[in-house]
Amino acid sequence: MKKYLWFIAFFFIAFGIYQKDYLAVLQKAAIICLECIGIG
Amino acid sequence: MAKRRIIQILTAFIYNGNLPGFIQGRIWQGSSKQLCVPGLNCYSCPGALGACPIGSLQSFVSGTVLRFPFYVLGLLILFGLILGRIVCGWFCPFGLIQELLYKIPSPKIHKNALTLKLTYLKYLIGLAFVIIIPIAFFAWDGVGIPAFCKFICPAGTLEAAVPLITLNSDLRSGLGLLFGWKFLLMLFTILISIFIYRPFCRFICPLGAWYGIYNKLSLFGIQVDKVKCTSCNNCVKICKMDCQEVADRECINCGECLKVCPTKAISFKQL
Repeated sequence: MKKYLWFIAFFFIAFGIYQKDYLAVLQKAAIICLECIGIG
Repeated sequence: MAKRRIIQILTAFIYNGNLPGFIQGRIWQGSSKQLCVPGLNCYSCPGALGACPIGSLQSFVSGTVLRFPFYVLGLLILFGLILGRIVCGWFCPFGLIQELLYKIPSPKIHKNALTLKLTYLKYLIGLAFVIIIPIAFFAWDGVGIPAFCKFICPAGTLEAAVPLITLNSDLRSGLGLLFGWKFLLMLFTILISIFIYRPFCRFICPLGAWYGIYNKLSLFGIQVDKVKCTSCNNCVKICKMDCQEVADRECINCGECLKVCPTKAISFKQL
């Protein structure tokens, strides 16, 4: 079970990096989140 | 000062190292925000240098494009496998704030049968507000919403809304009912934290619920030597969380139980 979870974690991260998911995270995090501050 | 408290304070500073942001009323936009921090720390806090994992997760299931959050989910699994709820006890600024509030002298409400039942609420909130509601909104009208950030997260209100609205007049003009709700929720969380130990972490936080699943599997954390254990239950009695045994899903690995174990059966895992 534990081994599979490690594999899934690394696979997801690698696939996410391949898909450039980190840019989507940056795009969201680098602008003020109106929902977070209760406006949007 | 205890080692854990020092690490909590250092973590808060590392997560929120963009100190000029608190003066300018602007948030950090550097590339470090490609990476999620393990603890709950709003990425719209003027000091935040990294991304909030819950906010990032929701950004994939909200908006006009629905995507499976491979990268964020992978990081969340990895953090869980390495640290479990050590994240809550050692690396979460919002946990630190609640702990400091609990130090204010007042009558305290200790754990009981009701608080134990309430610990399951965070799983429901996680499922509903982080996954189901955002996707339901997407299915309903094509635009998902980050429901946990929008309707609940008091960390966002305290760490992001309060400093930004204080410093930025443009944002102040947009305030309405939603902000009123979130502000009241934040005040309630702050107030109740004076009387109840870490109420947000115990009953509401989806991140705590997630990391709790990994507590028994994580590389680091607390463990019990069953041979040395005499089942005196001192560990459970001293614990301010709703633990039924050491290192269960509610354990934040604070290490308080180590101090009261008469046979030294409890220890931190060594690699």
